[in-house]
Amino acid sequence: MPILSVNKLTKSFGGLTAVSNVNMELEQGELVGLIGPNGAGKTTLFNLLTGVYVPSSGTITLTKDGKSKPIHGLKPYTICKEGLARTFQNIRLFKDLTVLDNVRIAMNQNVKYGLASSFFHLPSHRKEEEKLLHDAIELLKIFKLDHKKDELAKNLPYGEQRHLEIARALATKPILLLLDEPAAGMNPAETAELTELIGWIREKFNLTILLIEHDMSLVMKICERIYVLDYGVVIANGTPEEIKNNKRVIEAYLGEEISNV
Amino acid sequence: MDKIRKNKTLMKLIYLVLTYAVVQVLISTGIITYYLQDILTTICINIILAVSLNLITGFTGQFSLGHAGFMSIGAYVCAIITLRMSTTFGFIIGAIAGAVAAALVGCLVGLPTLRLKGDYLAIATLGMSEIIRIIAVNLEITNGAAGLSSIPQFVNWVWLFVFTAGTILIISNFIRSSHGRACISVREDEIAAEAMGINSTRYKVIAFTMGAFFAGIAGALYASYFYVIKPDTFGFQKSIDVLIIVVFGGMGSLSGSVISAFVLALINTLLQSLAEVRMILYAVILVVIMIFRPQGLMGSKELSVSTLSKVGQIFQPRKGGDK
Amino acid sequence: MEQFLQQIVNGISLGSIYALIALGYTMVYGIIKLINFAHSDVYMLGAFVGYFCMTTLRLNFFLSLLASMAFCTVLGVVIEKVAYKPLRNSTRIAALITAIGVSLFLQYTTMAITGPDVRSYPAMSGFLAQSVSLGSIRITMQQIIILAVTIVLMVVLQFIVKKTRIGRAMRAVSLDQDAAELMGININATISFTFALGSALAGAAGILVGVYYNSINPLMGTLPGLKAFVAAVFGGIGLIPGAMIGGYFIGIVEVLVSGYGNSMYRDAVVFAILILILIIKPAGLLGKNVREKV
Ligand SMILES: Nc1ncnc2c1ncn2[C@@H]1O[C@H](COP(=O)(O)OP(=O)(O)OP(=O)(O)O)[C@@H](O)[C@H]1O
Ligand SMILES: [Mg+2]
Repeated sequence: MPILSVNKLTKSFGGLTAVSNVNMELEQGELVGLIGPNGAGKTTLFNLLTGVYVPSSGTITLTKDGKSKPIHGLKPYTICKEGLARTFQNIRLFKDLTVLDNVRIAMNQNVKYGLASSFFHLPSHRKEEEKLLHDAIELLKIFKLDHKKDELAKNLPYGEQRHLEIARALATKPILLLLDEPAAGMNPAETAELTELIGWIREKFNLTILLIEHDMSLVMKICERIYVLDYGVVIANGTPEEIKNNKRVIEAYLGEEISNV
Repeated sequence: MDKIRKNKTLMKLIYLVLTYAVVQVLISTGIITYYLQDILTTICINIILAVSLNLITGFTGQFSLGHAGFMSIGAYVCAIITLRMSTTFGFIIGAIAGAVAAALVGCLVGLPTLRLKGDYLAIATLGMSEIIRIIAVNLEITNGAAGLSSIPQFVNWVWLFVFTAGTILIISNFIRSSHGRACISVREDEIAAEAMGINSTRYKVIAFTMGAFFAGIAGALYASYFYVIKPDTFGFQKSIDVLIIVVFGGMGSLSGSVISAFVLALINTLLQSLAEVRMILYAVILVVIMIFRPQGLMGSKELSVSTLSKVGQIFQPRKGGDK
Repeated sequence: MEQFLQQIVNGISLGSIYALIALGYTMVYGIIKLINFAHSDVYMLGAFVGYFCMTTLRLNFFLSLLASMAFCTVLGVVIEKVAYKPLRNSTRIAALITAIGVSLFLQYTTMAITGPDVRSYPAMSGFLAQSVSLGSIRITMQQIIILAVTIVLMVVLQFIVKKTRIGRAMRAVSLDQDAAELMGININATISFTFALGSALAGAAGILVGVYYNSINPLMGTLPGLKAFVAAVFGGIGLIPGAMIGGYFIGIVEVLVSGYGNSMYRDAVVFAILILILIIKPAGLLGKNVREKV
């Protein structure tokens, strides 16, 4: 049973069909890449999966603990509760809040104390807050951000902001993680480090990961399978080897990037 | 860690009791005259209004221009109840009923209108408070445009203190909880917040309802202290007055709101005889703040007990070591 | 039926005034996304300048109309340059609060100068004081003038926006400011021009409302201003035809509520309409919903 199955998913904006009849299946624990030229509809697909946009047609089904559940058309926060977390292509951290708060906010959905407890800071609030703080710092340590927990997110260097976004997504305790161009704007050394990190968190948190990336060295290195999107249509789907040699893919990319890898 | 926390709580308690006691003594000895008591009451009511509006606008980022509407609900409900039940118990019932009624309206109005963004929400809340005012003008039980008078006066320093300190405490506790952080995240970036599992509508409605509740309390205090209320007391102008306090103090800073309520009361008193000049000055201050210091007096920073104790330490011999 | 038609006639006069004010709101909102709260006070000042021209200077109605439009044009541009321009890149809330500040400033400065009292407008004389009767429906010359002035101004406005260079610039800037700038459009001049145009219309509305209601005071702008804004939102904010439709709709509804229902509730009804339209179709009658791109 695939953890996520997307069936004939379509989204049009007025006359433009940004995502067209997409079928996709992700198995538990897979690390899958999603590539395609600029404007191919990759981010739109993410927005559909996470409920930011409502699909024009088609279905999205999430399978958790053996139970399947349609999630298309649900609100983003409900989808997040179901176990889908994401990062954004153009970083959307809470810029004016601290690193720590960025992570703690993402933990809100699993917080157990109620409003009354928050008004009077009852013992349940205190206990839970201590746990929250502890978990948040543990998470930040993974990304070597724990010593910067009190800094404002906007003051972090670019690469660390990207890391913090991943940490924030992990704080929601997802089963499926969607990363939108996590290596964008990073230098080769940073990208290499990130590549390793992504592989590592997948093991550690038992995640399934879907990843959009233009950096082919990263994609080809860690993805087990790759979907290629062009003009909203899936034009290929297979292992990195297969994708590298696929004629339609090479055409879509004008042969450049892929054959260079 | 536990010890620091207990210390902080203790410090807070000491400051609170001290404030209460000092003012009480000043009132008993007649140093705070009736005139000054009026000002003190206005300040306390304005603090409650500003802090509660700050929760809605400063922390949750929902621009409301209708705070006076909620205040008027609290004032009318409390007045109507105490006019029929003229005991302290009646006042407590009235204040709570007023606050709950305001909160209910806040919730009812909030549910549909909070889907609106920024300016649209501002206009919708303005419309809502105008509707409340017009209803008050037309109902019999509110005695129309003439309003209610001879409302039994129960509010004294004890009640003022309890309600003002209580409001600040509850709202500041809320802000420093996971739910409060969720509200702040909605202000910062609603789309990112929703993607991180925050039900933004829920938190907007919570902030709105809480804000309305405390505005209702402020209204009840107003009715019971000044014993006359009219629909026009709670017009657009009143909402603007509260907004000015919040903006001047800093959106997202509770201590800013408190300080600003004091400072503006001072300016008000000084310019009392010059009603129009006062408003012109207000207007200029508002524009100048927005152009040169849009974050207000405090920005989103807080004056906390620990900052206060740091200030306090200047006056103490250094003990070193224990931190 | 006749009573109904009479109400409609009255509604159209009132609606003309709302439409004129609403146009200013809508154009400014369309171009810099700001609810220009001070607009209602520009309109109030239009009424005062008209009053001054007709009483102290003894000018006739039409010259006074031109004078108050000219005054408001200048005022609108000055407000934009002094108060709003420095805030062009700040938050929406900051800009809105500034607008409220400017509005308070104009109200209370006027009050300090003229006193808070209500003044009655000079009575119309000559043919302006006459009225025509169609059966039992009475149409006053004032009503005809209001409608005529409004129609003329709207035609001129349509011409400017649709056919002139600066009008095209306005439309371009309201669609996409950055792109317009890249195309060599002078953003500052365009914004100033928009304020000038909207304020001129508000000035005309001010003098017309003085004639219609016969009384003016420094705080008279707020309520009609809000209603005109409701009209703009109703029609679809940022859209010129929307403001016209909205203005007439609100004017007629208001008169009908006073005529058939309880006149005390007419303002409440207008605001209820606002809240309903915002909930049902926030983009307004003619507007399209847009979503933020993520
Ligand atoms: N909200 C929207 N309204 C209208 N069109 C949109 C919207 N969102 C995306 N599009 C359009 O859909 C198409 C796909 O965009 P999308 O952002 O999904 O591409 P992408 O594959 O992520 O590209 P890139 O690699 O540049 O990030 C583009 O033509 C884009 O302009
Ligand atoms: Mg993209």
